[in-house]
This record gives sequence, C-alpha cells and structure tokens, in this order.
Amino acid sequence: MAQTMTGAKMVVQALKDQGVDTVFGYPGGAVLPIYDELFQQEHIRHYLVRHEQAAVHAAEGYARSTGKPGVVLVTSGPGATNAVTGLTDALMDSIPIVVLTGQVPTFMIGSDAFQEADTVGITRPCTKHNWLVKDTDRLSATIHEAFHVATSGRPGPVLVDIPKDVQFASAIYQPKPKTIARHYAPQVKGDMAQIEALVAAMEKAERPVFYTGGGVINSGPAASQLLREFVEATGFPITSTLMGLGAYPASGKHWLGMLGMHGLYEANLAMHGCDLMINIGARFDDRITGRLDAFSPKSKKAHVDIDPSSINKVIKTDIPIIGDVAHVLEDALNLWKSRGRRVNTDGLAKWWRQIDEWRKVDCLKFKASESTIKPQHAVARLEALTKGRDRYICTEVGQHQMWAAQYLGFEDPNRWMTSGGLGTMGYGFPASIGVQVAHPDALVINVAGEASWLMNMQEMGTAIQYRLPVKQFILNNERLGMVRQWQQLLHGERYSHSWSEALPDFVKLAEAFGAKGIFCSDPKDLDDAIMEMIEHDGPVIMDCLVEKHENCFPMIPSGEPHNKMLLSDAKATNAIAGKGAVLV
Amino acid sequence: MSPLHIKKGSSKHSAYNLRPSFSDVQERHTLAVLVENEPGVLARVIGLFSGRGYNIESLTVAEVDHEGHLSRITIVTTGTPQVIEQIKAQLGRIVPVHEVHDLTVEGASVERELALVKVSGKGDKRVEALRLADIFRAHVVDSTLESFVFQITGTPEKIDAFADLMRPLGLIELARTGVAALSRGS
Ligand SMILES: Cc1ncc(C[n+]2csc(CCOP(=O)(O)OP(=O)(O)O)c2C)c(N)n1
Ligand SMILES: [Mg+2]
Repeated sequence: MAQTMTGAKMVVQALKDQGVDTVFGYPGGAVLPIYDELFQQEHIRHYLVRHEQAAVHAAEGYARSTGKPGVVLVTSGPGATNAVTGLTDALMDSIPIVVLTGQVPTFMIGSDAFQEADTVGITRPCTKHNWLVKDTDRLSATIHEAFHVATSGRPGPVLVDIPKDVQFASAIYQPKPKTIARHYAPQVKGDMAQIEALVAAMEKAERPVFYTGGGVINSGPAASQLLREFVEATGFPITSTLMGLGAYPASGKHWLGMLGMHGLYEANLAMHGCDLMINIGARFDDRITGRLDAFSPKSKKAHVDIDPSSINKVIKTDIPIIGDVAHVLEDALNLWKSRGRRVNTDGLAKWWRQIDEWRKVDCLKFKASESTIKPQHAVARLEALTKGRDRYICTEVGQHQMWAAQYLGFEDPNRWMTSGGLGTMGYGFPASIGVQVAHPDALVINVAGEASWLMNMQEMGTAIQYRLPVKQFILNNERLGMVRQWQQLLHGERYSHSWSEALPDFVKLAEAFGAKGIFCSDPKDLDDAIMEMIEHDGPVIMDCLVEKHENCFPMIPSGEPHNKMLLSDAKATNAIAGKGAVLV
Repeated sequence: MSPLHIKKGSSKHSAYNLRPSFSDVQERHTLAVLVENEPGVLARVIGLFSGRGYNIESLTVAEVDHEGHLSRITIVTTGTPQVIEQIKAQLGRIVPVHEVHDLTVEGASVERELALVKVSGKGDKRVEALRLADIFRAHVVDSTLESFVFQITGTPEKIDAFADLMRPLGLIELARTGVAALSRGS
C-alpha cells in the first residue's frame, strides 16, 4: 500500500524501517518539522546532547559498542558545522554513522539565508557519501540508501541534508528495499588464489605474526571468533592496533599486546623480525609503521582489507586479499585445515623462544610510588578492580589513552571506544554516553585526561538528564601530558602552553550538575575511590590526581624503526632529532 | 624547519625515504571514469585529487547516457605507478563512481582533443598561418580581415605543436576542450 506523508514523517518512518530506536541530536529552526514528528511517536528515543559534536561522538560510541549504525539529527548551519569533527573522526575510524541535517528551504539555497551553510560541500571530504535531497519524492529512498552506504563495505559516516520545504511537502513513502539495486556493492569474498598463497606461506613461515586492526571488529563478531580459532589452531603470535583491541582476548596465550608508537616491546620487535606478516583489517598507519624504509625489512606481507585503496597505499604487499575479514578468514581457515593443518613447528618453537626473551624485558613495568599516584598504577588498579565485569571502556586522547590501551585487558570486541585515526580530544565523554545508552546496565568508564575531558564537559547535562551512570575516570596530571612529553623529547624541555591552568574543582563541578564527584591523590585511597566510583548508581567524575611528569613508554620516536624503541626516561630527553622532528 | 636545525640529507633520521619499495618513475595515464550523473559528483572527483595531492593534467566531463544517468569523466594524470594505482582505487571508493578504466594500460586507445585558436595578423603572417592550418587540417570557423579562428582536433601533442607554430604568427587566444579518449576495437 502506497502511503503519502510529509517529508518529516518520512524521516521518522524510514528510521523505524531501518530498525533505529535511538537518535542523538539537537534541534533548531531547519529541523523543527522532524522534531515535531519525533514528539508524536514512541518508537524512537531521542537523546538531547549539549553540543552537536557530542551527538556524533555519542553515535560513534553507540555504533562501536553495538555494531549498528549510529544516528544523529541536527539543524542547518552551525548545527551542521559543529558535527564536522565527529564526521571526520568517524571517517578516519570507519564507523557507520547516519547524520541528518536540516537545511534552509530549497528556494533560499544560495542566498546566504539565515543559518545557511553549504553542508554537503563542507562535509564532502569528511563523509563516505552525502546527499542534498531537493525533492520529497526522493527522501525516503535516499535515507534507505544512506544506511546501506554507511554500513556496507568499509563502514563510514554519511550525511543527508534535508531542506525545510522538503520536510513539509508530501509524497509517497518508499519502504526499505529488500535488495539495493544500486551499483554500490563492495566485494566481500576474497580471491581464492590469493587466499591459497596466504595459506601456503603460513605453512612454511618460521616467524609469522598476525597484525590485526579495526577491520576485524567492523566485520562483526564472527570475524573475531574465526580469528581466535585460527590463532589457537596455528599457534601464531598476534598483535593488534589500537583500533583492533579485543578482537583477540588479552588473556589469550598468543597475545603480544598492542603494537605501534606506544606499543609493547615484544609486539614491535615481532613485527620488525617476522618473516610473514598477516595484516588483517589494519592499514599500515604511520603510528604503526614508524620509519617506512626500515619497516619489517625481512617479511613477506599479506594484507586482508575490504577497501582496495588500503592495499599498497604505504607498504608494498606481497599477498593482497580484497574482501571482508570474516569471509576471508573462513575461507583461509577451511583451506588450511583441508590441506592438513600444517605449520613450521620447529621454526615456530624457536620464534616463541625469541618472543619470550623479549617479553622478559617487561616493558610495561613501572615504579609505583608511596606518595603520588602513578598514572600507570591508577589504570592497573582500575583493571584489577573492574576485570570480569560487564565493562565498556572509552578514552579521550593523550597519554592516558595510551596507558589505558597498555594496562587494560580487552577480552571481547566492541568493548573499547577510542579515537584512533583523528585523535580527537573530547571524544571519550560523549562516546561513553552513547555506549551507556546502548548498554544501560553495563559499567561504562571513560578513562580521561583533564584537558580532553573539558572539551566536551557540557555533556554532564546529558548524563544527568537521562540518568546515564557513566564513570569519568580523569587521570589529572594538570598538563597536556602528551604535548608535554613531546616538548621534553623534542623541543629542549621548553613547555610552551602545555599546562592545564585554571582547572575547575572537579568534585564541585560534578555536584553543580547534580552528579557525584570523587577526589583522590593518595595511592592508599585509590582502590577505595575506584570502588566508590563503580559502585555509585549514577554518573561520577573521579578526579584522580596523578604524577605530573610521567612519560608514556615504550615509545618509538618519530622517524625511527620499530627496533629503536625507547623504554624509559633515561635515554629519552631530546631523543628525537633530525628529520624525525618534523613528523607528528 | 630551520629552528630545529635539521640537516639536509641526514640519513640516520631520514623519515622521508617514504616509499622505498615503490618505483619513483613518473607515468602519464589517461583514466576514463563512468559516474552517476548527479550533482556534486565532479566536485567529489576534483576534491579527491586536490585533497590527496594528485595531479590533473586534463579533465573533461559530459553526460554520455541520458537514460542511464551516466557521465564520463576523462582524466589525464601523472604520478608514480603506486600513485596511479592509488588514484584508481580512491576513485573506485567514491559511491557514485561506477567504473574506472585505465586506458593507458587496458590495451590501445585513441585520444583526441579539440581546440579553437584565434590568430590575428596581416600580410605574410596571415598567409603563413593559413598554410600551416591546412597542413594540420585545422578548419577556419570564423574570419575577419585581420583574424582567423581555427578549429583543430587531434592528440594533445598535435595541438601543442600547432599552438607553438601560431604563437609567432599572432596567436591571441586559445581554448582547449581537454582530452576525450576511448579504447580501440570492440
Ligand atoms: C581537539 C584536539 N586538539 C589538540 C590535540 C593535540 N593533543 C594531543 S594529546 C593532547 C594533550 C591531552 O591532554 P590530556 O587530555 O590532559 O591528556 P594527557 O596527555 O595529559 O593524559 C593534545 C593537546 C588533539 N589531539 N585534539
Ligand atoms: Mg592531562
């Protein structure tokens, strides 16, 4: 039955048809008709954020913790421009997000109307695709297509710009199509000849390593399951990027820990010394590779990625496999089994002996102090006291983010939300709100730095309004810690503007919003403070005052290869010189 | 860079030997890109080239299939083989892009460009311009007592050569369409 309805109603109907029950947004003149429709229905719950950037990060948190697309509704002009950082963040980390923006009426477009911005123009480079819908006839089909594009292939953010007159006008609603007839249908099955080449290489490799990334998480739970089976069956060591943590459990015996600029010694040296690198859903990002001409010089490299442009972008691949991680892993695992489950047992035993030597370095060791809380200690205690719970972790960006990645253990995918590609300070708090909305009964913790956290602190209002018991665990070093670390290592200890001056009293701040605040500066009180935080039934800001000058190690200085890692402060000051200094 | 006292060519810290295993030979390729004819699609293609720092030597676009809503964009670009591969893969990611063909590697192809060339002059120069135009099979599409507008088609190199010859004879304006290209045979 063809149904005629207004564009505004179509938006709500299309969202319903797409199975959406949660929208993060902020109203304004150009989306009032849609807000009016939201008011008159009960299927979709709208969460009012306090800033449009936070709406997108909340949607990202929702998407990453559920595997479903996150949905955002904002107004034209400033509403849309405020969403740009979130869109760019989601694009860099391949997170499926659908953003609906209001626009001035079609007949006013181009006239510099009040709150007019060229939204599709501004967001073209920071979305996977975007649409300006000029005709109500096209609206419902466009929204369905938007969901298809956001969630298929390499996921990403999309935006649909809807002028106000299109929202008011009526047309026939097009239901969600069973199959998308459009040409956009990324390849999911990998090429069998290449998969065979991979399996053959795996059978012979003496020093193999799995190098996995966010693509495994994005591919869905089946991909993580297959990966685990493959690793257990072959006995190969496995490391992962920041984005891929949790795909393989941290407690698994083949786990080397995270790799990269602040990755573990054993993980980076395994990458440097391997003879077969099996990249699954990672993209040879510069935080991972370090200096390219010295990156894993002796290895054959296989690369599984759904996006053909990732292959050979920075590192030349010997065995390229374009396809969805789960599909490729399934085919590769089956083939490997049918060929007799062979591995190079002797080589592998020797390789593990070498890795165990590297592990003995114990690169994450630190000296706890009696008088001040070491940030590593704070994260390690958080891990100890929350392990085994139904736990989701978000982070902001900086040293605390790296310590969280190093000292927390992730046993499952979709439990770790952090801004990887863009490194967006202010991501974690709104992301934690999105996660808590999706998982009301879970323990959701945002491991934050004081500076990052302030960037979206207005979201305390959202947390209170919707009774979201998110825990803000602030490692307060009163510094832009990561910036300070680089200034120490790179700029002769001239700490230009890297203090967090005039910080608020976080306990009072929490109370001002009607939340609970906890302050802790004594290592002896730390455990009790953490327990108090997690046991409180409501949002909490925990201001954990930590050692101010702690540096984050290990660290591969910019422009250096993996085997030139710094392990401690002793050698670090002014460690980055020469051309490495111009890299970020 | 100077405040950091970075020495040129210091090899130990060279982070700029960025693509060691890739060839640095520059190649010129002609790409044919079939796209959905929708608003903004050209901006997407151009934005991709400028945003990622690729070269555009020539770009033409026109609708080629009215029913199917398809346009054909012909791009002539230069880059190392790895960059050319990236360009093709990146173009393929654009949602309204249907097909990307690299005419330079997909067998033989023909490339043509059209140009309008305005030459003004009197006496010998005018006669010489006309004579050369004849050799190049350029047609006169407009003439006054003191000027000609020639229409010439051919490869970009042929048009370059013609324009170079016309310059001393009084070339005052040149309009070129950019390259259109098709693969040979069926
Ligand atoms: C929006 C944004 N602005 C600037 C930066 C650069 N930056 C990276 S880390 C950092 C300091 C973060 O300080 P804090 O949140 O206190 O974390 P810490 O490093 O002290 O743990 C800055 C300024 C960034 N990543 N994002
Ligand atoms: Mg800090």
